[in-house]
Amino acid sequence: MMHLLAMDWGFVVEKMILIISIVSISLVIAMYETYAERKVAAIIQDRRGPNRAGPFGLFQPLADGLKLFMKEEIIPNTSNKMLFVLGPCLAMLTAMMTSAVIPWGDRIHFTLFGQDRYVSLQIADINIGILYIFGVVSMGVYGIMIGGWASNNKFSLLAAMRGASQVISYELPMGLSLIALLMMTGSLKMSVIMGQQLDGWYNVLYQPLGFFIFLVCAFAECNRTPFDLPEAENELNFGYHQEYSSMKLGFYLFAEYINMFISSAVMVTLFWGGYDIPFVNDTELVKNIGYNWMALLQGGTMFIKVALFIFLFMWVRWTIPRFRYDQLMNLGWKGLIPLALLNMVITAAVVLWLKK
Amino acid sequence: MNISEILFYFLSAMALGSAIMVVVSKNAVHSVLWLIITFFAISGHYILMNAQFLGIVNLIVYAGAIMVLFLFVIMLMNLNADTEPKKNRWLKMAGIVAGGCLLLVLVAALKNAEIRGQQAQFNEGNIGLIQNLGEVLFTEYVVPFEISSILFLSAMVGAVVIGKRGD
Repeated sequence: MMHLLAMDWGFVVEKMILIISIVSISLVIAMYETYAERKVAAIIQDRRGPNRAGPFGLFQPLADGLKLFMKEEIIPNTSNKMLFVLGPCLAMLTAMMTSAVIPWGDRIHFTLFGQDRYVSLQIADINIGILYIFGVVSMGVYGIMIGGWASNNKFSLLAAMRGASQVISYELPMGLSLIALLMMTGSLKMSVIMGQQLDGWYNVLYQPLGFFIFLVCAFAECNRTPFDLPEAENELNFGYHQEYSSMKLGFYLFAEYINMFISSAVMVTLFWGGYDIPFVNDTELVKNIGYNWMALLQGGTMFIKVALFIFLFMWVRWTIPRFRYDQLMNLGWKGLIPLALLNMVITAAVVLWLKK
Repeated sequence: MNISEILFYFLSAMALGSAIMVVVSKNAVHSVLWLIITFFAISGHYILMNAQFLGIVNLIVYAGAIMVLFLFVIMLMNLNADTEPKKNRWLKMAGIVAGGCLLLVLVAALKNAEIRGQQAQFNEGNIGLIQNLGEVLFTEYVVPFEISSILFLSAMVGAVVIGKRGD
């Protein structure tokens, strides 16, 4: 027992606080993404959007959440009960898990009992960071598949199959586009990839094609328009969550918004310099204002960049119509994979040529 | 007991328990889900031994890709607990005998093996880290590595040919 007690409890407490705050921030952001989505849609369609609950309709997400909680919970009679409940839980869990390896800022510094403590604003800096993201993304299919199958409904099952095959197909070009990035950075650690961009030369400048492929794949992985075929309402009623009601439905919808937030954060970290403040020399600035203010500024920069990407997600949703299913598969297998392979070969050749 | 040992026993119990559930479950979809949990436990073991790359690739490839295909097939076949055919009693007996023989052979082979004297290295040893693994794969074992990639390529071509036959 003594060994157990001998570990660094301060470390555990720090990590717990960090995990809880990142999870709650993600949830709040996902909540206000639903509001932003309706406002963006309204502006694009020349409407006003939600404006009744609170000033500018700012309490709309709270009202929506309350409404979902109050609705009757229906579990279909012929469904597989345990898996029916497990489905939305899995969707939510896999959506949250990726945030563990994203660096949200450099570090904060404080003195506790006369000891200097530096806390990194990244939950886990593992040296397989990108592979971890892939692992979690590949788990994301199960939420859709289990939910769709357990509903015991033809349309749900068809939508789940569509969703799963779409996610699997687009994982491949996503991985290939990242291989080209990894050839340049030479590391799978998120913090190293991030650190290399601190001089202002973001990876997107070297890998524009890779970024574009990653972006398209991220849209497909999040099941967002133009790739929202799993819930194509005119063909499949409501998709894989047709039988769900109340907060279980809310979980599925919410998981989509969290996925959007997290995948924007991944894109920002990998390609757009993460928390680096553009046009500012970070190492000079940190000497002047100290770690804590710097962490705040960096976190703010990160969230502004992420917000821009979230806006892009919404902009595309209300601009581009949905693909047909065979077009989606053609784009994935015959368009993006060869393009990603080409990108990989060119990057490899250039890296080899520069090293000589 | 330190924390690694507790984790080890927890993961082992999880792996064995879920592996038994894979065999026992009446519903084929449940079996697949238990198998996924088994893979998670095994990945946990890999990570405990600092083989991070193996651990995560085990998850991506087995739990993330192969099991999804299993689920695909089983879900589309609509196998339910009540459609499962009654198995012959003699067949069950034969299964027990065959499984017992395999166990016997494995125990006999491992009883005097060298590996018994070796302790598993918890949290140490760097060979499982991605850099070392990559270096070894692309220098010492480059020929077997490339041969296995050709094997995969031929399997892929074969799958495409079989898929095209229907046209």
